[in-house]
Amino acid sequence: MIRARGPESLLLIVPAWNEEGAIAGVVQSLRRYMPQTPVLVIDDCSSDRTVAIAREAGAEILPLPHHLGLGGCVQAGYKLAYELGFKYVIRIDGDGQHDARDVERIFERLKTSGCEMVIGSRYLNGTGMQERGLRGLGVRFFRMVLRPILGRPVHDPTSGFVGVNRAALDVFSRSFPLDYPEIEALVVLQRRRFRFEEVPCKMRPRVTGRSSITAAKSLYYIAHVLLGVFVNVLKFDHRRRGHFPQKTAAVAQPKGSRER
Amino acid sequence: MQSLLNVTTVLSVLLLLLVLFSVRRAHIRVEYSVSWLLAAAGMLVLSRARPALEFLTRRWGIPDTPLTLFLIAGSVFLVMFFRFSVIISHLRDDNIALAQRVAILEYHIQSMRNDG
Repeated sequence: MIRARGPESLLLIVPAWNEEGAIAGVVQSLRRYMPQTPVLVIDDCSSDRTVAIAREAGAEILPLPHHLGLGGCVQAGYKLAYELGFKYVIRIDGDGQHDARDVERIFERLKTSGCEMVIGSRYLNGTGMQERGLRGLGVRFFRMVLRPILGRPVHDPTSGFVGVNRAALDVFSRSFPLDYPEIEALVVLQRRRFRFEEVPCKMRPRVTGRSSITAAKSLYYIAHVLLGVFVNVLKFDHRRRGHFPQKTAAVAQPKGSRER
Repeated sequence: MQSLLNVTTVLSVLLLLLVLFSVRRAHIRVEYSVSWLLAAAGMLVLSRARPALEFLTRRWGIPDTPLTLFLIAGSVFLVMFFRFSVIISHLRDDNIALAQRVAILEYHIQSMRNDG
């Protein structure tokens, strides 16, 4: 069983859905470079051998009873991590695109900066893979949209390589965007006046399978995320009135809140 | 005009019967059938009360009586679609929260079993 050990306990979570071709490599590399850190694979009801392979590779498994989509899957991991008392959680995609050697750098930045979120950015300092075509355009578009909302530039708003501390974990375990969570999650954090930083990370092409966001879905993705961002901006009520809530007060929500 | 009202009457009766059969066979829960039954009954009454429809047409300044019927029917069904969208959204949120809770509880149970 996973246990939070020490004051700087870290959990690595890997959301996965039908990643039998890549998940073993992801878990093994995490075990190699972060041997003392537990790895939790959240299986989004895969129909292939993802669960068995991840378990064989040494990961703990949180199997969801039915397919929830990326946001619901990641949030389940955040909820469990929060309940188990972890102070930090780093999310790594299950498709093998992230380099496990970058986890340590994200963890260090989380600990030393005091930021609530650290994003592994593939565009910072020109490191790693560069997106082209529609996806590249989408990333540039969302950089432009987010700049005035966040009050600072974000180089890789769609990165799934993200570390959070316990304060952000508290928020995300109760309120997390469901379908395409990365961009909206930044706005959710901004509403709490939480801070984020980016660290340069390498990004590789997918080992197997295909991205869930195909070219045809890109327009839907943009419209969906824009709407989500807009709705979150509408919730900036305290900010507009000029009296910011304290962090602790801001994250306190009534039990059973439906906010996501 | 009269044939349009007759068609609306027939459709309303068909809708009423469909909803009642669906409730009987437990395809629709009773609480979700109420909106449909009310809408169908409302359309049935309007289609059989031509003076009332003409009164509303004059009152609202609508140029054509059939247009009033379509306007009322469209509005009623739009409100119902919105209501069901709200219900579905809540159900989806609850469903996701429940699935996550089930997964986490199963994880705790499995962990306790493994710990002996």
